[in-house]
Amino acid sequence: MIYLRLFIEFFKTGLFSVGGGMATIPFLQDMSRATGWFTSAQLADMIAVAESTPGPLGVNTATYVGFTVGTQEYGMLGGILGAVVATVGLVTPSIIVIIVVAYFLDKFRKSRYVDGAFYGLRPASVGLIGAAGVGIVLMSVFRINTVFEFASAHLELKHLLLAAAILALTNWVPKVKKLHPIYFILLSAVVGVVFRF
Amino acid sequence: MSEYLQLFLVFAKIGVMTFGGGYAMLPILQREVCETKKWAGDSEIMDYYAIGQCTPGIIAVNVATFIGKKQKGIPGGIVATLGMVFPSLLIITVIAAVLHNFMDIVWIGHAFAGIRVCVCVFILNAVLKLWKSAVVDVWTFIVFALVFVGSVILDLSPVLYVIVAGIAGIALSLLGVRKEKPGKGAAKDGSVAAEKEGSPAAAEKKNGGDGK
Repeated sequence: MIYLRLFIEFFKTGLFSVGGGMATIPFLQDMSRATGWFTSAQLADMIAVAESTPGPLGVNTATYVGFTVGTQEYGMLGGILGAVVATVGLVTPSIIVIIVVAYFLDKFRKSRYVDGAFYGLRPASVGLIGAAGVGIVLMSVFRINTVFEFASAHLELKHLLLAAAILALTNWVPKVKKLHPIYFILLSAVVGVVFRF
Repeated sequence: MSEYLQLFLVFAKIGVMTFGGGYAMLPILQREVCETKKWAGDSEIMDYYAIGQCTPGIIAVNVATFIGKKQKGIPGGIVATLGMVFPSLLIITVIAAVLHNFMDIVWIGHAFAGIRVCVCVFILNAVLKLWKSAVVDVWTFIVFALVFVGSVILDLSPVLYVIVAGIAGIALSLLGVRKEKPGKGAAKDGSVAAEKEGSPAAAEKKNGGDGK
C-alpha cells in the first residue's frame, strides 16, 4: 500500500529532521535511494519549485513528492491523495511533540538534556544537509550518482561557471544577495535554455 | 465566526505570505497573531519560535500548533496546522500537475538542468550559514565531520546519525568537555533554524537582529 508507506516515510522525516526546511532534504534523498520513487534530479527540481512558491520549504517539498509518487501509481487523483498523505505524515509528529512539550514548557526550555542534545544535533544537521548537497552536486553537475564513480565524472565548464556566478550573486553582491530565491532560479533557467545545459 | 475557522484562515494567510518559512515568517506572524488577533504576546511568540526550533519538524508548523493549542486545545493545534499547510497543498499540487505534462519538452529540460545548478548553490549557502552557529568548538566540528563523511560514503539512514548525535551531544555536555557555555546555543537557536530554510533574506534579517 503506497499511501501507508508514504505516510510512514514522511512521519519519519517530520520526527527526525531538526530545524525544518533544508533539514528535510537528507531524508528525502534517503527516501529516493530506498524506494526509487523519484530520482536525485527530480528531487532537485522539487526543491527549486518549493523555494519559488509560498509556504514552508519542508511542507512544499513533501506535497510535491507525495503528488509525484501518487501520480505514478494512480494518475492525477492518486497524486492529490498522495500530496495530502505525505503532508499530513510530515506534520503529525510536530503536532504530537508540540502538544506534549506545551505541557512542560518551562522544564523543556531549561533542560540541560535538551540543550545538550541540540549541541550535538546542530552540527549533525549541517553534516547531513552538506552530504545531501554533495549528492545533488554529483548528479546535476558531474552526472554521476556516488563519489565512487568519480572516474567517470564529466564536468562541464558552463555548469561550473553558472554555479560560481550564483554563489557570487547570493553572497557578495550588495542588494542583489537579498533578492528572493525565485530570481536566481529564473536566471538559472534562462541560462540553462540559452546555453543548452 | 467560529474560532476554529479563524485559526484556520489566519494560518492559511500566514502560509501564503511566507516564502521559505523560518525567520522570514516571524514579522508576518507577529502582525497577524500578536497585533491583529491578540492571541499571544510578542515575547510569547519568540518563546514558541525558539522552542519550535528545538523540536523536530518544520518550524512554521510547530509554531502554528503551539498557538492553536493555546487558543482551542488539541483540536485548535490541529486546525492551525492544517491551515498552515493548506496553501502549500493547493499551490504545489497545481504546479506539479502542470509541470508533469511539460517535463518532456526539450527546452524545459534545459531550464531545469540550469535550475539544478542553482539549487546546489542554495544548499551550499544554507550549510555555510548554519555552520556559524552549529560548529562552535572542536567537538561540534568532529560531529559535523563524522556525519558528513559518513553520509557521503555510507548508505545509512539519516535517522541513525540524528539519534547518535543527540546522545553524543548530551554526553559531551554532561562530561563538561564543551567549550561553549551551555545555554548559549539555545539563545542562538533563532538564527539556526532560520538559516536552515536557506533563504538569503532570512539570514540578512538575522544578522541585523543579532546586533552584530
